[in-house]
Amino acid sequence: MSLAARDRRLGWGLVAPALAWTVAFFVLPFAAMVALSFARMEGREIVPAFDPGNYARFFSEWPLFKALLNSMEITVVVTVVSVLLAYPLAAIIAFRVPVRWQRLALLMAVLPFWTSYVVRSYAWLLVLGQNGVLNKALLGAGLIAEPLEIAATRTATVIGFVHFFVMLLTLTIYANLVQLPTNYARAARDLGAGPVQVFRFVILPLTLPGVVTGAFLTFVLCMGDYITPQILGGNNELTLPQLIMLQLGRSGNFPLASALSVVLMAVITLAYLLSSRWLRVDRV
Amino acid sequence: MGGKDRVPPSPILSPWRRWEALGPIAGLFWRGSVWLYLAAAYAFIFLPVVVLVVFSFQDGRLPVPPMQGVSLKWYAKVLADRDLMAALAHSALVAGVSSAVSLMLGFLAAHGLARSVLPGSVWLRGLLIAPMTVSSLIIALGLLSLFQQTGVRLSLLTVGVGHVVINLPLCFAICYAAMGDHQKAAERAARDLGASEPRVLWLVSAPMLAPALAAAFFLSVTFSWDEFIIAFLLTRFDVTLPVEIWSMLRSGLSPATNAVGSLVFLVSVVAVVGTEAVRRRA
Repeated sequence: MSLAARDRRLGWGLVAPALAWTVAFFVLPFAAMVALSFARMEGREIVPAFDPGNYARFFSEWPLFKALLNSMEITVVVTVVSVLLAYPLAAIIAFRVPVRWQRLALLMAVLPFWTSYVVRSYAWLLVLGQNGVLNKALLGAGLIAEPLEIAATRTATVIGFVHFFVMLLTLTIYANLVQLPTNYARAARDLGAGPVQVFRFVILPLTLPGVVTGAFLTFVLCMGDYITPQILGGNNELTLPQLIMLQLGRSGNFPLASALSVVLMAVITLAYLLSSRWLRVDRV
Repeated sequence: MGGKDRVPPSPILSPWRRWEALGPIAGLFWRGSVWLYLAAAYAFIFLPVVVLVVFSFQDGRLPVPPMQGVSLKWYAKVLADRDLMAALAHSALVAGVSSAVSLMLGFLAAHGLARSVLPGSVWLRGLLIAPMTVSSLIIALGLLSLFQQTGVRLSLLTVGVGHVVINLPLCFAICYAAMGDHQKAAERAARDLGASEPRVLWLVSAPMLAPALAAAFFLSVTFSWDEFIIAFLLTRFDVTLPVEIWSMLRSGLSPATNAVGSLVFLVSVVAVVGTEAVRRRA
């Protein structure tokens, strides 16, 4: 056996365990799920079939399709608001906070990241609830006469999500901003660009990959999240993950849940294709 | 892109100077609004955590204002709760074992892909990273349908399998990114001197990659520790901590939930600050 062939065999041997794991517990299950999405429910029995009925149901029954729309609307609002809030925060930390305090400032800005994920949504419920801190404070200050009803609405879901993703995006955008060579902006200034132009034509284009990567991550995590809308948004208007869990739990309709998951996967793939031009997953 | 050196705060990069040129009042206004924004952002970020921790000391039945006095009774109740402690042990077990497995598989794969030129290695890398770009709900549902169709009983083991699926890409990516030419040269030297592949891995690669390995392991542990949907769908009776907290929520608001949340937060913060301190000394 030649040296190169021996080398290649060793390489394969090292990659094999991880590859086997990924195929057995990621690719295969996904295929099983796609197969299941074409199955039929007869009573409480799952009958294997090649029946696109679940997909037809999804596109024809308004409450099912509405869940996708709800998820999309929430996700788009969350992504846009989070980017708009996180960018200035990252910029202030990168450019205004003295260098030796920057790491601490960043660490502080993402500290609540480390609370348990279920607990974080619960904590927002304590803030936004009818008897919560926010209402008590506003009532006490005489700013409102009746408590605001934020909990169990879409607003609460959005606030909970934005809180989480502002932290995430601040990290990714900051990482991009500190990598910018100062010379570029200086050169632009020397050539007569004003501050707005420096931002618009130099800083923004150079940080765009970081922003898009963060936004894509936000999109994926937000689209697929069950906890935050379930705890904060209540059951008035369901998101797609909530609908999937409902199909699994109450009605035991596994095939429909699978079809809905395939739809979710398709939406995420579409988002990936749309943003792939600027995406740098390895840079996160 | 430029070097890794930190850029000092530059007046040129920012519009501040322009505002200051408009006069002292405008400059003051601009500077003030910058610090105001920073303060508001921190207030927003910390608000839920502060509320969580403060009302874990509530001497009443509800974790909402008014504060009826300070008490540690909810912490006592939580620490004496057997279900909760069992869930904690389950979480620690799953996090530790699944992270170790992810790290081992990820490290070996990264080493294999970095050391030899394999046909289709771009696709291989893509496949190994793929689970990272998919919602864990989809991974959980896929595994659930696989386990149901093959008759595998749901247990902590199935949760662990799921957690390796989400953590393997992370460990692989971190190890792969950390392997440089310097590394490869040292490994080649060891091989030329007659070291077998396991010895190269154990005595050269692993020690050289120690910081990356530690970071990958630590991140995996945090993800697994906090993961909800896979743990929720892939086990029935031996639940993990997030699932147990979730079932506490169903019985309504209680300072006990605040106490658990505060404890989990405390442990994480100690771990993060500890890592940061170690990193700073290194």
